[in-house]
Amino acid sequence: MSFPILTAIIVMPLVGAIGVLCTPANRPEIGRAIGYASTSATLGFAGWLLWSFQSVGGFQFVEENRWFDALGVGYIVGVDGFSIFMIAITALLFPLGLLAAHKLDHRLKAYIVFFLLLETAIMGIFLSLDLICFFVFWEFMLVPMYFLIAGWGSQRRKYAAMKFFLYTAFGSAFLLAAILVLGYLHQADTGVLTFDYRVLANWNGLSGTTEAWLFVGFMAAFAIKAPLFPFHTWLPDVHTEAPTAGSVVLAGVILKMGAYGFLRFSFELFPQASIDFAPLLLTLAVIGIVYGAVVAAMQKDAKRVIAYSSLSHMGFVILGIFSLTTIGIDGAVFTMVSHPLTTGALFLVIGMLYERRHTRMIDDYSGIWKATPILSAFFLVAVFAGIGLPGFSGFIGEFLALLGTFIANRWWAVVATTGVILAAVYMLWLYQRMFTGVPNEATAKMKDVNVREVVVVAPLLVLSLFIGLYPAPVLERVEPTVKRVIANFERKTDYREPKTPKVLDRLKSETGRSGPGRSRPGTAEPVEEAK
Amino acid sequence: MSARDLLDLVWVVPALPLAGSVIILFFGKRLGEPNAGRLAALMMGLAFVASIVVFAAIISLPSDARTNVVNLYRWVPAGRFQVELGFLADPLSITWILFVTGIGTLIHVYSIGYMHGDPRFTRFFAYLNFFVAAMLVLVLGSSYLVTFLGWEGVGLASYLLISFWFERESAAVAGKKAFITNRIGDFGFMVAMFLIFATVGTLDYGVSGSVAGTVAGGTATAIALLLFLGAMGKSAQGPLYVWLADAMEGPTPVSALIHAATMVTAGVYLVARAHPFFDASSTAMTVVAWVGALTALYAGTIAIVQVDLKRVLAFSTISQLGYMFLALGVGAYDAAVFMVIAHACYKGALFLGAGSVIHSNEDNQDMRTMGALRKFMPVTAFAMVIAWLAIAGIPPFSGFWAKDGILESSFFAHSYGVWAVGTIAAAFTGFYMTRAIWMTFYANERFRAVDTVAAEAVSTSAAGAARVEEEELGSPIIMAYSPAAPPRLGHDPHESPKIMLWPLGILAFFAAVIGISDLPFQSIEFLNKWLDPVFGGVPQPHPTSFLSAFELDVLSVTLGLVGLFLAYAIYRHGFARREEDPIRRKLGSKIHSVLAHDWYYDEAIGRAVDGPGRKFANWLAYFVDAKVIDGAVNGVAWLFTWSSERLQRLQTGYVRQYALGIVLGAALLLLYAVARVYGG
Repeated sequence: MSFPILTAIIVMPLVGAIGVLCTPANRPEIGRAIGYASTSATLGFAGWLLWSFQSVGGFQFVEENRWFDALGVGYIVGVDGFSIFMIAITALLFPLGLLAAHKLDHRLKAYIVFFLLLETAIMGIFLSLDLICFFVFWEFMLVPMYFLIAGWGSQRRKYAAMKFFLYTAFGSAFLLAAILVLGYLHQADTGVLTFDYRVLANWNGLSGTTEAWLFVGFMAAFAIKAPLFPFHTWLPDVHTEAPTAGSVVLAGVILKMGAYGFLRFSFELFPQASIDFAPLLLTLAVIGIVYGAVVAAMQKDAKRVIAYSSLSHMGFVILGIFSLTTIGIDGAVFTMVSHPLTTGALFLVIGMLYERRHTRMIDDYSGIWKATPILSAFFLVAVFAGIGLPGFSGFIGEFLALLGTFIANRWWAVVATTGVILAAVYMLWLYQRMFTGVPNEATAKMKDVNVREVVVVAPLLVLSLFIGLYPAPVLERVEPTVKRVIANFERKTDYREPKTPKVLDRLKSETGRSGPGRSRPGTAEPVEEAK
Repeated sequence: MSARDLLDLVWVVPALPLAGSVIILFFGKRLGEPNAGRLAALMMGLAFVASIVVFAAIISLPSDARTNVVNLYRWVPAGRFQVELGFLADPLSITWILFVTGIGTLIHVYSIGYMHGDPRFTRFFAYLNFFVAAMLVLVLGSSYLVTFLGWEGVGLASYLLISFWFERESAAVAGKKAFITNRIGDFGFMVAMFLIFATVGTLDYGVSGSVAGTVAGGTATAIALLLFLGAMGKSAQGPLYVWLADAMEGPTPVSALIHAATMVTAGVYLVARAHPFFDASSTAMTVVAWVGALTALYAGTIAIVQVDLKRVLAFSTISQLGYMFLALGVGAYDAAVFMVIAHACYKGALFLGAGSVIHSNEDNQDMRTMGALRKFMPVTAFAMVIAWLAIAGIPPFSGFWAKDGILESSFFAHSYGVWAVGTIAAAFTGFYMTRAIWMTFYANERFRAVDTVAAEAVSTSAAGAARVEEEELGSPIIMAYSPAAPPRLGHDPHESPKIMLWPLGILAFFAAVIGISDLPFQSIEFLNKWLDPVFGGVPQPHPTSFLSAFELDVLSVTLGLVGLFLAYAIYRHGFARREEDPIRRKLGSKIHSVLAHDWYYDEAIGRAVDGPGRKFANWLAYFVDAKVIDGAVNGVAWLFTWSSERLQRLQTGYVRQYALGIVLGAALLLLYAVARVYGG
């Protein structure tokens, strides 16, 4: 058997956490070193995984172990185009998050333990192919997150932590119920008790109504986590109160779990219900895009602006997913990769401002650009990356998500596209109020970024620029999985992906109209035939 | 190297200023003051040389083979949506890169002098180089998406440059306003791209253009109008003009670059490039022509009362761009392109001249406090006088050929309405430019602490002055524009350094003579023939005879001269008192006030956004979100706490007990579901 790379990715942070627990409390630097070592090792594993990942549709690196055989529960992990980049982003954000919290010394040991446990949980969520196993990680994730917020957050941290916990747990209850029902229905039908996702996805024995009910059960959990309007109000509270690294991880990967859940589970387990519920979810997504942007503009706290912008951005993800088109889902998954980079950078810079001034209120700042030009440059780049300027990753994702939606449901896309105007409004207004003008007294005294802070933020922005200019490596790895899901829809239901015209056919039937034509055969090959 | 191989290297043209921008951004501090500017100018110069090489290469090919696409790599591969990062060299794009790099180089050289001593000197050149690079990508892109890459890059650069002096609130706001207004246009551009792809299956210019004629009429109209919305944003047309006047907050070389070479011509380019979709929809063409004509007139009416030199020029640009869209709308693409080139030269000269005036007058740009400057800065004055004659449409300067070409085309396309509006607007052009030149360079000196008032002016205005409702310098009227820097009076103006005068002189020279590139005589209509491969299939309106065109020219030139002499008559003697613009009395204070406030359009938008708009957003954020939605969530939570306190006094509030609750709840749900499935 080859090296269990996926298990290594899940276990590595856990090992680190145990290691940190064993260090003496008066030597926090050892704990910190172990934290860096284990998150870096995880990043290394993830890098290797990304390197050896094949651009095919199925699951790779699958490991299968029995767990509770009598209950049909197994430890099954595997990776495909939906999860591979979530793993990579998670592995990247954790060492950076730890580095961002380098100055923290308040109960550092416990902080690192919870942080590492959180990474294990997140990795487990993205890699599990057994529904029970997935649910265990899903619930387990709440524990370290709860303590991180409650222990190291700001003023209203207790309230935020409890809100996060209860709200998510509320959705999870429905998820668990639906998982159990699904498993037992499968047993009743086939005689085999299993929660193996691959088996259940191939089983076709659900009646229409049951499928719809189960879809709703899954949706309850995913819609809250995504978050979809109107289940989003935990997000600004939690974002605002969480420590910087917590916000980065929250915005970066935890918010993606809802969208990931829809893609991974709802689509293949409940294809017909996914199609039936698509208009509802598209509508909620469009509302989220516009509503999130408008509400973001009016916030007084910089972190809340970014939190509501996440609601808007996640709207694009849900939109792309439920466009049920290859292009749209490509765009949604791409946005799931891109959003952590840009929003992560925004949260990190706001965290740096908070470290310097101990306030997040927009009105407390002015003229930061003058006072700390490099820090401001980072923020500005992140702002434009977040607005969706072409050249940065955000544009590719949003454009494809909108294009896919347009092909399938054009008016939803048209309304959602107004989000690009609103994004410029709230982000540039934020930037203007905080960064332009003459610095006030307290701002003028701020120090510009140090090397550590550059190392924390720069990689995110460089990556965003890189995959914005050269998205092919990401799209190539994602697309086969998207095609698999679409093919699954077309096999199990009477859904057919809406087709766009094939260019070459049109050209053939065309009788030489003038225009900027191609005088050089073979140079301007605009479209390759899809199959 | 064959001509084709050279054309394959066309990507070098944008790459040069881009490289300059990156180098200056990272090593600007080390390069220091003049060197960063020199490097930036050098990169632009090299880009210009490269453009000439490309031009030479393409012109050596037979005219039906003058299209070349080079793909660097596949940019976006997603399903059937496959977009190359491709660069298209054809007569249209080459025309654009020639004047963009040529004028861009001159403005870069000029900026070395203008920005001397600015604490962010190096960063300015990084932005400036990036601005041109983005514009070149916009022009050279082989598909709508690559053009959009440059399009948004231009937007970013304009934001950075307009708010370059971001310590000033007004500059920061202006940059933001420019970007957001442009984004409204981008909305149209994006939806247009969706629709093009959904209809023809590609965003490539060549392929989509060749099948555009087969697109259903309504779809073609929608595509064309959505693209035009994008063009209106970038080119400050119709309702989206509002950002351009405020963009004056940037340093003057930036204004020159925006108005002459980059940015505002992008909209014209887009419509010209997407012409197959416009050709397929007469509705869209009519809209374009009318928006252009009305914008030309509207901006002209505003320009006649502005007192800020740069602001006059800004409204003049909006008006002149209106002519270009008028031409596009009647299908006279050659005429539109010709106007773009001529306008680039004379507006470049006017802005560099204005920069020279402002630079030499301690950053004062209020024309009321200028006058008779020709004595102090003769070179600047001479260059601007040439540019003035060009823009006013006086033969034989370039503006005459350009504007009359457009008016003739509209007349012979039987669009008499837009022709009439455009011809009337010519009178306004003559008026406001003459007024600006006279207020700045002629009449009485008003820049000293004590006015040297012309005797005649006193006698003509003394009686009326008392009754005139005063509008002091720095008017208190809300949002009405008054020049940014308070004039520091009592200095002696001086001529600008040579590094600023040379670019100005060169541009003025071209403003005078560029008309020869498209004289309306069959054998030497160079531009028409050159652009023929791009617009060849489109029947463009042309005069039926030389004589009929001549009659129209006489009419429009006469109207231009009427405007010119009217302004001369009013401003011949200058001002009696500094704050008392004679035009105010001529128009009456009501009309004057309406025009000075841009017909209150911009202010109305400002008030709507700031009043009801902000109220609505606040209601959404602090009532709907905080009270209704979150209130419901907290209400449910409270209900649970309340009932659990009653029911389970033993509850301690530990997390594990909530977990227990989850399991119990889930089990109940499960029971219900199982019962439901098996029971029914």
